[in-house]
Amino acid sequence: MTVQPLSMASMKRRPSIGTLKFAESIFIPVAALAVSALLFSLFLLALGKSPLMFFQLIWVGGFGSSFSLQNTLQRAAPLILTGLAFAIPARIGLTMIGGEGALVLGGLSAAAIAIPLVTAGVPPFLTLPLMAMAAMLAGGLWIGFAGWLRYYRGVNETISSLLLSYIAIATMNFFVEGVLRDPASANKPSTMPIGDAYRIGAIPGTDVHWGLAAGLILAVALHVIMTRTTFGFAARVTGGNARAALAQGLPVGKLIVVCCLLAGACAGLAGFYEVAAVHGQANASLVAGYGFTGILVAFLARQVPLAVIPVAILFGALAAAGGVIQRRMGMPDATVLVLQGLIFVVLLTSETFYGRIPFFQPKRAEERT
Amino acid sequence: MSALATETHSLKKAPSLSALGMTKTFGAFTALGDVSIDVAAGSFHALLGENGAGKSTLVKCIMGFYSPDKGKVMLDGAEVTIRSPRDARAHGIGMVYQHFTLVPCLTAAENLVISRADTPAIINWAKERRTLDAFMETMPFRVALDAPVSSLSAGEKQKLEILKLLYLDQRFMILDEPTSVLTPGEADEMLGLLHGMCDRGEITVLMISHKFREVKTFCDRFSVLRRGRLTGEGDAKSAPVEEMSRMMIGDTEVRERAARAVQAGKPEMLELAGLCAQDDAGLSAIQGVNLKIRGGEIVGIAGVSGNGQSALVEVLAGQRVLTDGEITIRGQLFTPSRGNFDRFKVFGLPEEPLKNATVPRMSVAENIAFRSFDKPPIASLGWWMSKGPMRTRAEELIARYRVKTTSPDAPIETLSGGNVQRAVLARELSGDVDVLIVANPCFGLDFASVADIRSQIMEARNRGAAVLLVSEDLDEILELADRVAVMSGGTIAYVSPIEETDRNIIGQHMAGH
Repeated sequence: MTVQPLSMASMKRRPSIGTLKFAESIFIPVAALAVSALLFSLFLLALGKSPLMFFQLIWVGGFGSSFSLQNTLQRAAPLILTGLAFAIPARIGLTMIGGEGALVLGGLSAAAIAIPLVTAGVPPFLTLPLMAMAAMLAGGLWIGFAGWLRYYRGVNETISSLLLSYIAIATMNFFVEGVLRDPASANKPSTMPIGDAYRIGAIPGTDVHWGLAAGLILAVALHVIMTRTTFGFAARVTGGNARAALAQGLPVGKLIVVCCLLAGACAGLAGFYEVAAVHGQANASLVAGYGFTGILVAFLARQVPLAVIPVAILFGALAAAGGVIQRRMGMPDATVLVLQGLIFVVLLTSETFYGRIPFFQPKRAEERT
Repeated sequence: MSALATETHSLKKAPSLSALGMTKTFGAFTALGDVSIDVAAGSFHALLGENGAGKSTLVKCIMGFYSPDKGKVMLDGAEVTIRSPRDARAHGIGMVYQHFTLVPCLTAAENLVISRADTPAIINWAKERRTLDAFMETMPFRVALDAPVSSLSAGEKQKLEILKLLYLDQRFMILDEPTSVLTPGEADEMLGLLHGMCDRGEITVLMISHKFREVKTFCDRFSVLRRGRLTGEGDAKSAPVEEMSRMMIGDTEVRERAARAVQAGKPEMLELAGLCAQDDAGLSAIQGVNLKIRGGEIVGIAGVSGNGQSALVEVLAGQRVLTDGEITIRGQLFTPSRGNFDRFKVFGLPEEPLKNATVPRMSVAENIAFRSFDKPPIASLGWWMSKGPMRTRAEELIARYRVKTTSPDAPIETLSGGNVQRAVLARELSGDVDVLIVANPCFGLDFASVADIRSQIMEARNRGAAVLLVSEDLDEILELADRVAVMSGGTIAYVSPIEETDRNIIGQHMAGH
């Protein structure tokens, strides 16, 4: 075969490689979603429920009204941040599933630092940034530690970050039920409420808290960092082939730890908003599974920070519709979790299809001999 | 000794095997061209050859891993069809691989029993054990049956592999460099036992080796392969080592060397002083490597693979930690880091570029930018990258180094081996080079790419670079190097200017003579 010349003509005949890869990375997750919906429909039919009604209710409960849309966005906000917490380490080749722990610890740190500041009467515009910083620092150090263990001690990051999550949750319980407990919180041990004056309000004109804006800004910023900066390039080289990265003299250990710090800071920030905007205090409500759903979000988004946004909104809608489904279809709230689980399994399976669907494959460069 | 065991295991005769006119091509590359070998019943036959000479292709054809394009296998004078390793096994042909195929957590007895094709779903261990004990009685050597394999020494594992073949009644044995993992003492014991069994007509052995001493001491006959052809055969006892070495390494004149500019009297550029490093298992991989290379000089490091060459390259590339010793460049201490690679102008062409020098899923343009992405014009302010200059530079280098790709945006894994290597060359050689570390740069490439890549390396030398060339291809070293060093046992055993040595001397140092 002859070599395909590098000319405009050949470019026109066939879509460019970038376009093909992009189309593939949209097609496969969408197909995975469709297959999951199909399997879930079978599940519903087996229960004697109408799949049509279910998906209709998802739409109504997730996007149908201004109220449900805001409910969706409210739930999407932490998912964007925890999705980023998985996506960023994934770019450097790590499967870091400790977002839940970083979120919980971030929330606890924010609530803990708020106690003396609120008591001393430090104004909110100083207190809130300090709380956010404490949350990001705690989350960052938590995941950063798992990254450090990975590179410098060879500890599997998936296992260590998962176990660190349990330690984080136990630590939160320890403090919330111990020294940081507000004596007034009788039934549900919590830290002292930060008070309405210190609460972060909603984005004007909506009921959605500012965590959504933070998530959007961070997703865009991290997307730019990963695709357009030397740091992101070095991280992608390391994630793609650590041996090649070492041979290029890249500081592999430092890159890994920094990516993990950034990831943990995102999850920690989600914890901050849960405390400062949603609950007003740290308690067991922080352990809501946002960290784990974030893994699913990042997977469906193919670890692309920008794609985390729409996927997080989709999962926010699923969660928001849970209540409606419970009321209207007489099914437990956990039904939505069944769907989530199905999506995850199908999605993991769909990973094996990359590079195997002939339509999306560029022609191989042929060697002239 | 039970009568049954005697019947099934001791009285069976060793078979003879001939491979006739075996030919195997991979694309345009002839791995094996019309090779015939004849292994008499009860003989201990050595198959000699350098890496890539076609030894493994030949035995894989015999074992049914590959189907040869032409040729047939005769067992005891009758033609047999072997389409898969299962067929080979049914015909009583077995192989011991360089890397053991035992299950480490199981005992020797368990390993033997599960290796059978007819193992029942529920194993009657008491009965199996009696059969095994009876079988072991008939063997010239024993292995503790109840110890987990992981607790056995390499020599014992090797023995168990051979016992396994005998247990399966595979009396034609192919051994792939069986002594490469053994100590010299274990190796001699092992080969002595095999030799005895052959002499008694119990087995026939075909052994891949490149150690002349073992072949001369233990084998009866030998065949030599070189570049996929049979280049000689003879009686192992009477043929002199020099002749075997000549058959193995060849005495044909290599094609004309790439133009070599005179570079006399340049100062020393790279100095390695007492380098030591460990392999992944924590054992010593290189110990006390000393070498000086002048600017405008290529020093070729020859050696049988696994004697520390790859560890040496990894140390210089920053992929492996140096446990002792110093690297100096122009008299200054050098530690491998990105800043120092640039400051000292150190570049590298590691072996298997797709695995060691590229990110397969990233585009050709991105891969070409690995050295330059954090410097102007691609990076401004030291951190912001512009795709425009990156693409422009990639297009320019793709054209200059004749990299064949559909687009600079194609993932580099879609390129052929020669073009991946050209892309890496373009990245590493397009600037000023003071030190160049090269490892097996032409492994697996077609002739056109080979000539191209070798002349690029020679040009880098002519421009004044100090080149360290590690190669398993002696021809490559003889063509390119100004001086040759032989690595053996993790250290440099022999250094000589290329004019004052020849293949045979080098070959003997490689083989540990």
